[in-house]
Amino acid sequence: MSASLEPSLQAPRTFWLTARAAFIAVVLAVLALLPAYAALSGDSFVLILFTRVLILAIGAVSLNLIMGYGGMVSFGHAAYLGIGGYAVGILAKEGINAGLVQWPAAIAVSALYALVVGALSLRTRGVYFIMITLAFAQMIYYVAIGLDRYGGDDGLTIYKRSQFGGVLDLNNKSLFYYLCFALLLASIYLVARIVNSRFGLVIQGARANERRMRAIGFPTFRYKLACFVIAGAMCGLAGALLANHTNFISPALMHWTRSGDLIVMVVLGGLGSQFGPLIGAVVFLLLEEGLSRLTEYPDLVLGPILLLVAIYLHGGIEGLLKGRHG
Amino acid sequence: MAAPDRLWRRMLYFIEQCLNGVQLGMLLFLLAAGLTLVFGIMDLVNLAHGSLYMLGAYFAATFAVLTGSFVAAILLALAASLVAGVALEVVAIRRLYGRSHLDHVLGTFGLLLFFNELVRLVWGPAGMTLALPPQMLTAVQIIPGVYYPLYRLVIILAALAVAALLYLVVMRTRLGMLIRAGASNREMAGALGVNIKLLYTLVFGLGAALAGFAGVMQAPILTVQIGMGENIIILAFVVIIIGGIGSIRGAFVAAILVGLIDTVGRAFLPDLLRHALSTNAASTLGPALSSMSIYMLMAAILVFRPEGLFPAASR
Repeated sequence: MSASLEPSLQAPRTFWLTARAAFIAVVLAVLALLPAYAALSGDSFVLILFTRVLILAIGAVSLNLIMGYGGMVSFGHAAYLGIGGYAVGILAKEGINAGLVQWPAAIAVSALYALVVGALSLRTRGVYFIMITLAFAQMIYYVAIGLDRYGGDDGLTIYKRSQFGGVLDLNNKSLFYYLCFALLLASIYLVARIVNSRFGLVIQGARANERRMRAIGFPTFRYKLACFVIAGAMCGLAGALLANHTNFISPALMHWTRSGDLIVMVVLGGLGSQFGPLIGAVVFLLLEEGLSRLTEYPDLVLGPILLLVAIYLHGGIEGLLKGRHG
Repeated sequence: MAAPDRLWRRMLYFIEQCLNGVQLGMLLFLLAAGLTLVFGIMDLVNLAHGSLYMLGAYFAATFAVLTGSFVAAILLALAASLVAGVALEVVAIRRLYGRSHLDHVLGTFGLLLFFNELVRLVWGPAGMTLALPPQMLTAVQIIPGVYYPLYRLVIILAALAVAALLYLVVMRTRLGMLIRAGASNREMAGALGVNIKLLYTLVFGLGAALAGFAGVMQAPILTVQIGMGENIIILAFVVIIIGGIGSIRGAFVAAILVGLIDTVGRAFLPDLLRHALSTNAASTLGPALSSMSIYMLMAAILVFRPEGLFPAASR
């Protein structure tokens, strides 16, 4: 495809003592110490805000796997947040609160949806792929609106968070925060392992030149589909976390503009970089929060910022840190 | 006599729903034509296309209040949409040409957020309504027993007229020739002395005017509100996927197909399900399934024709 979809194919170079590594280390340290700060200052809002940041960062990390490394620009990623969330919500409503049932269900249903949508969408490429993933996500959005038993348009309140047999109490805000943090780090690690494996190299090869990959004998469709399903399952878990975080789910969770938010996070942070989605999620959500405190019309500023990022900031914030832009 | 009478009434209802479907289809065509034109010629994915639709509706409602005349409001709103489109192209869109589709998505997503907020700033968070003139409020008897609102017929006819005009402009005028030349090979057209920059601005303005026109026509039927373009624009995307991106003819056929299937599906699918399933299951599944119908259609068409029904020849 085109130039800005082609970040580095080579393995990350010297990691230590670069501006980028220092920045990431600071971000991780701040995130790790945040519950302590919240407890000392008594500011529980900051903890709630950052829990949300971590959860959406998991979604962004999964999107980065297919979009950044695989070149598959999926504009329907919020559907998995919704599916994962609804899996938890519907099971809770039917009286099944066990997390060991709810979370695997969220992952499995998301993976299944990704399998069907991927099998159909990956037949196409380029702008068709963008629009088809968008349209399928919109379909799920309308299906959720049609679910009268589960609140329809008004959404569904979840009265009991997922139960883990007394081992983990998700009502404990700090504990839930650290759980999300651990799962985020695990997903970043998983994506890094996938990307640097043989499987991941095939995926990246297919992004760079799919015809050539096929010519040397790789069934790229199957590789890409598997990658698409892994990303969907990962984001489904983020959906299950989000439902537990807000105790509420509604179709608005998967409105297509939410998919747009996830894309913004990935591109803002830096397409196809390990920590880019996390940085993008932190910056985007803090920007959103900060602007809405400063002005009554936050999007009047946020919108043009996104436009300027699209026009001028190639490679996102990660690209800036590496000194690679344009 | 009871049964045939009921059947007849259902038949009339069916015809009415079909007309509603055609009307939705016409609206979708106006939106999809602009989208597909802009994509076909400038290779630009424009998520903010729905914002231009929204702006058209707000312009119409505002000018109706200012001038007190429905016709003047429509004409002024159309002109304002064109101007807004040209201004948008010159200020922002122009800088996105030749970039990756992902950059287009990000940039125009930002524009969409911006326009929603701008409308909230200028017109306030409450929606607006546009009243129809009294002579438009009547219903016409199309065939014996079927009365159909005059204004909806006007929408269908106006959109058909626009479609015909668009065809004539693209296929029979010098401007249309340049547009087609730009679509098939922009470097060559530029090398032969066509002012590509100006041409792109004009095409984007034309697309904006078409979207604005759709908003203007729809304003008296719906509430004019923030975000009104966000859901309909996805349907327009479905239309151009089914029709084949870049093809105006494909957009026309697919728009009517999508309009009909969506409207008729919503009207009749729950009833049909009731025959097959228990009432309870049907009332749960009905609304969900009928809103899925056009996406099923899209999936089915993609399986057989991944490039849509009328793939544009040059791409």
